[in-house]
This record gives sequence, structure tokens and C-alpha cells, in this order.
Amino acid sequence: MGDKTGILITYREALKQALREALLSDERVFLLGEDVGRYGGAFAVSKGLLQEFGPERIMDVPLSESGFTGAGIGAALAGMRPIVEVMTVNFSLLAMDQIVNNAATLLHMSGGQLNVPVVIRMGCGIGRQLAAQHSHSWEPLYAHIPGLIVLSVGTHEDARGMLLSALKSPDPVVIFEYTYMLNLEKEIPADAGAVDITRAKVRREGRDISIITYGAGVYKALDAAAELAAAGIEAEVLDLRVLRPLDEASVIASVAKTHRALVVEEAWRSGGIAAEISARIMEKAFYELDAPVQRLCGVEVPIPYPKHLEDASVPQIADIVNAVKKMIKP
Amino acid sequence: MIEFRMPSLGADMEAGTLREWKVKPGDTVERGDIIADVETMKGIIEIEVFDAGVVEQLLVKEDEKVPVGTVMALIRPAGETAAPKPAERHVYETFKSIVNVKEEIPPVPAPAHEGLRASPLARRIAAENHLDLTTVQGSGEGGAITREDVEKAIAERDIRLKPRPAEPAPTPAASTENIRMAVAAAMSKSNREIPHYYLETSIDMSKALAWLAGANRQRPVAKRLLPVVLLIKATAKALREFPDLNAVWENGLQRKAEINIGFVISLRTGGLIVPAIRNADKKSPDDLMETLTDLIPRARALKLRSSELSESTITLTSLGDDGADAVFGVIYPPQVAIVGFGGIREQPVAENGLIGVRPVLRATLAGDHRATDGLTGSRFLAALQQLLQQPETL
Repeated sequence: MGDKTGILITYREALKQALREALLSDERVFLLGEDVGRYGGAFAVSKGLLQEFGPERIMDVPLSESGFTGAGIGAALAGMRPIVEVMTVNFSLLAMDQIVNNAATLLHMSGGQLNVPVVIRMGCGIGRQLAAQHSHSWEPLYAHIPGLIVLSVGTHEDARGMLLSALKSPDPVVIFEYTYMLNLEKEIPADAGAVDITRAKVRREGRDISIITYGAGVYKALDAAAELAAAGIEAEVLDLRVLRPLDEASVIASVAKTHRALVVEEAWRSGGIAAEISARIMEKAFYELDAPVQRLCGVEVPIPYPKHLEDASVPQIADIVNAVKKMIKP
Repeated sequence: MIEFRMPSLGADMEAGTLREWKVKPGDTVERGDIIADVETMKGIIEIEVFDAGVVEQLLVKEDEKVPVGTVMALIRPAGETAAPKPAERHVYETFKSIVNVKEEIPPVPAPAHEGLRASPLARRIAAENHLDLTTVQGSGEGGAITREDVEKAIAERDIRLKPRPAEPAPTPAASTENIRMAVAAAMSKSNREIPHYYLETSIDMSKALAWLAGANRQRPVAKRLLPVVLLIKATAKALREFPDLNAVWENGLQRKAEINIGFVISLRTGGLIVPAIRNADKKSPDDLMETLTDLIPRARALKLRSSELSESTITLTSLGDDGADAVFGVIYPPQVAIVGFGGIREQPVAENGLIGVRPVLRATLAGDHRATDGLTGSRFLAALQQLLQQPETL
């Protein structure tokens, strides 16, 4: 990034370009979800696509998450490449039965005869004052389920590229998109496109500590790392990207290099992704550790509405900086 | 093989510079022989050997500065035939002893715990480099030993093995300053770590001084006794009954078998030095006087022996007749008590309903409250007082 061919782009625009490219390159691809057509998407990600591709490929659906997610799964079984948009992750609880019991299990239940190439996109994240029922971090729930591939879009590069790779997958993919980043502008290469969806990625190299994170934690960790560099601490930022199946090798490689790990996520602490990462490090890299693995996670409360309390309920840049300093210079 | 190590000449000493070897390989040494001159912050000290045997190998070069605990020479015990061991082992032992340095300086008693706190990585690196983790001070959370601590310890060990250029000999002014710094370090540590309690008692010295006057009449001027000799002897004898005061505090109270009185000698250039009067309870007043006559000028010339600086089990400070009425001392760590005597003054004393004028001495005790309580100290002062009423038995 940052070369002559870089372009400045919002996260929303990167998602939209990916959708357009997918629709243009494969006739089997279609988008279905609440308000994705005439309204242009709850977050304006699909604005203009109905006009360009028509109602058969940009499909507004009734307010029934279980119904339209099931329809997407059925279409995938029938050979299509549906993109199901669940407006926000919060409503996906209503579609969980379809996702867990059908999408994730049919390959197994059919003895390998029926694969389900559906892509389910969900808007998620905390930070827009949407209160307890609209601020869930369900990444750990989906990452728990065998049979799914779970992706977390923590950067603009991945916003532009993950969907395209997900559509190539023969198996169901759940993609978490972070709505609070929609208006955030970053530079990506002009020719950015499909990205690998099997590996975690080091977003910043460092030698003193690994900050392991995903989704909304990536840019926060990068900002924290920049601040820490000014204090003489070289933090490595590892973006997990793929929450299932976890890229354990990249985690272990980073810890083997820095010997310390801080895992950052917005989801609640108990039973979260951070807990899983911590356990894997313990299992596979115990003798590389120079300090106990630490976690910075969401506070275990229903997410509050007031701005200051909402901010306090998830890890912020200053929290990451402080946690790292404490681990390195106790 | 006996390892002769750089001795610790006080809690404040971390390293010493070997100035001169008084022996060479092949020489036979007896217990108590002076085999080296070592320069410390307290001046040049003659170092004695505590074993008899034949010097096998000198491991430290003259003008080399090494930490306390470093193996300086190997001595083959008397009777053992020369059996050269693989050189590698010597090197390893040297390694080990150097890394043991921190263990031999007891300034901060490590909290007693079963398991050593060290990160898995620190343990792995230590094992790969044959480093004993119990010798490493942890800087991590809760005192845990981290990779950095281990790497530092390994680096220090490696540096110490390489010969280093001699440091310039310090000027006398620098030595005085060093003593000031040594006193400062020891007293700060004491005040920081030792919870002192203080007791005072007034002692009627009429009988002691009368006995002394009589005794001195029969002695030539050069051999006459000073009152302080009686104070030393009485203190030493009283300590026999109170072994908890003749002790050190190192991971708990550790009584000392010998009663070695550290006698405070002030230096004319400032600062003070505290040589030990060994087995003071067994020495006669004449022997004690002789010891003082020998010790004081040598102390002031900064020419003391290693054992004299390291073997005190309690400290005694006596201000003399020009001094203040009473002194409340600061304990010299890791000792647990200091006895203080002021000047002897004529005072009105009430006894049996009458008032008389007597020579009175104010004796004080500062005790480490971790080691003993005021009751012990109080009984000790009472015993001291009793002994000074029977000077002929001293």
C-alpha cells in the first residue's frame, strides 16, 4: 500500500466494489436481504445495484431471517452462488437454526453429496450507540461451529477482497463486516481484488510483543502499535482474519518471534476467540512464552447506550497501549 | 579441591579488586595465613585463608576486580595428592560461583517460596546455557524471571570470564569517599528494613572504676586498661545468656556460635570502620586491651584483615568521655543489635533513701524487633549492669 497506484477508498465503497465485481463476473451470484434493493441497503452498501443488475439479482426479502437465509441455502444447494445479507449480526440469531443445522451440517449429513456454497454477510460491531440488542459481537458463536468458514473484515483490503474469495468456496462462509468503519477512508492498491482467506496476516512487524486481534481491533491495534513505537516498544499486529478454521501456524510463528502475546477482541471475554487463541498458544508455544498471555476483551455486560459507557465497554487504543506497557515493563 | 573465593567483607560489599597475591602455585598455606591483598571500598584488606593445603592454581589476576563469591584460587587440601581434574570442570565451577554472586550478598532476603517464578522461555534459555535460575533476580511481574533477566545474567557471566584491564588505583580521597558511601548504603538499608526498638539503662560505674584504678596501679603505663575494655567484656559475657541478640537476620533469626564484638572506630578523615574482636567473651581484659591497641591504628590506616571486617556478630559503639551522654545506634545489617555507651558522668544517685554522687554510664540497646522483643533487650541490659557491679569477675 501507499504506492503510486494506491487509491483512497471508504470501507463501504470497498464492500460495494466487491459486490459489483462478484455480480459482474459470475451470473450465478445474486444478493438477497432486507432492504438491499430499493432502499440501497440499510448501510447503503448496495446502493445503485438494483438499477444496474435488476430485481432478480438484487432481491429484497420479507423480514424473516430464518426464511431468507434458508432460501439462500436452498439456492446454493441448487447450484447458485447466493450472497445473503443479514442486516446486522444481532438478527442472525433468528437465522441460526438455518446456518447451524443446515448450512454447516449438510455436507456431513449427505455423506459429502451436498455442499452449500452460500455466503452470509452480516453487519456488526460496536460504537454506533445502538444499545444492548444491536451491539452484539457474535463472532465467537459462529467460530464455534464446525462446517462454517468464518471471516472477519478488519481492513479495507479485506473489505475489497474477502467476498470474492468467499464466493469461490464450496462451503458456507460467514463474513463479519464492521459498520462503524463504513465511512473510514484508507488507501488500498488500485488493482486490489480477491485475497487469501485461509491465513492470518501480520499487519505490522514487531519484535517485542504480538497483539493478536481481528475485526474492529485491527486498526485500534495498529494505532496502539504506532504509539508504542514512540515509547520504544515494537509491537507486532497479527490480524486473524479467519476465525474458523483458525490459522494457528501464524499465531505460533508470531509468538515464537516476540515471546509475548496480548489478544484483543470486542466480544465478551468468557469463551471468546481470545480464550481460544490463548489456549492454543499454551498448547503449542508454551516454551516460547516470556510472560503470561493476556486478553483485552469486551466487558461482560449488555452493551450500554451512552457513548462514554459504550466506549468503556470495549478495548480502546489507550487500553491496548497500557496493557502492552504493563506486560513489557511491569 | 578447596575453592578460595572473594570474601564478603560486609553486607555493602559487592566486589573487590585483587591488588596482590601473597602466594604462588605450589606454596603451602596454613589456616589464617594472609594470601592476598584486596582493595575494597573500605581500603586495602589482607585476606586470610581458612583451610590448610597447597595452592594449586590462581584464577584471578592482580588488579582484576571480581564480584564477591568469585573463585580466586584453588587449594588442594593438606594430605590430598595432586589429581588434576579436567580443565573444563574448573571453568564450569568458576561459572557457577560467579553466577552465585547474588546469592552470597544477602541484602534483600528473597521471599521464601516453593516454586521459582520464571517464564517458560526464561527457563528454556537458562537450561540451554547451564545457568542456575536461583541466582537470577527477576524483573517481571511479581518478580518473575524473564528472558531479559536470563540473557543479562548470561552476558554478565561471560564478561566476567574475560580478563579486563586494571582499574586505576583510587586516591586516598576517593577511598574516604568510598567509606562514606559504604556507611551510607549500610545505614540506609538498616533504616529501611530493620524495625528498631530502643532501651536505655543507667549504670553506676563506681565499683568498676575503683577496680580499674586498682588494677592499673599494678600495670606499666603502656598496659593500663581503659574503661571501654570492661564494657566490651561485660557486653560479651552478657550476650552468652542472650544468644538471640548475638545473631543475624537472614531469612529468619540465625544465632552465631562465636561472640565477636564489632567495635566502632571513627576515622579521622570521616566515616567509620567496625573491626571484629573475636571471641570477646573469652578474652581477659588485658587481652582485650592488647587487641584494641593493635586494631585501632590499623583500622585508621585502613589496614584490616578480611576476617576482622566480616565476622562481627553484634556492634558496640562507645563515645568515650568526650562524647554525648547517650547514643542510640543504627543496627549494622544483617546483625540484630547494637549496644551504645555514652560518656561516664558524675550524677546524683538515690540509693537506700540517700542521695550520693556517682560516676554514671548510660547504656543503650537498639534491637531488631523482628529478632527480639523489648523484654529480651531489657534483661540483657540488666545483666550487663550486674556484670559491671562485679568487675573482678570480668
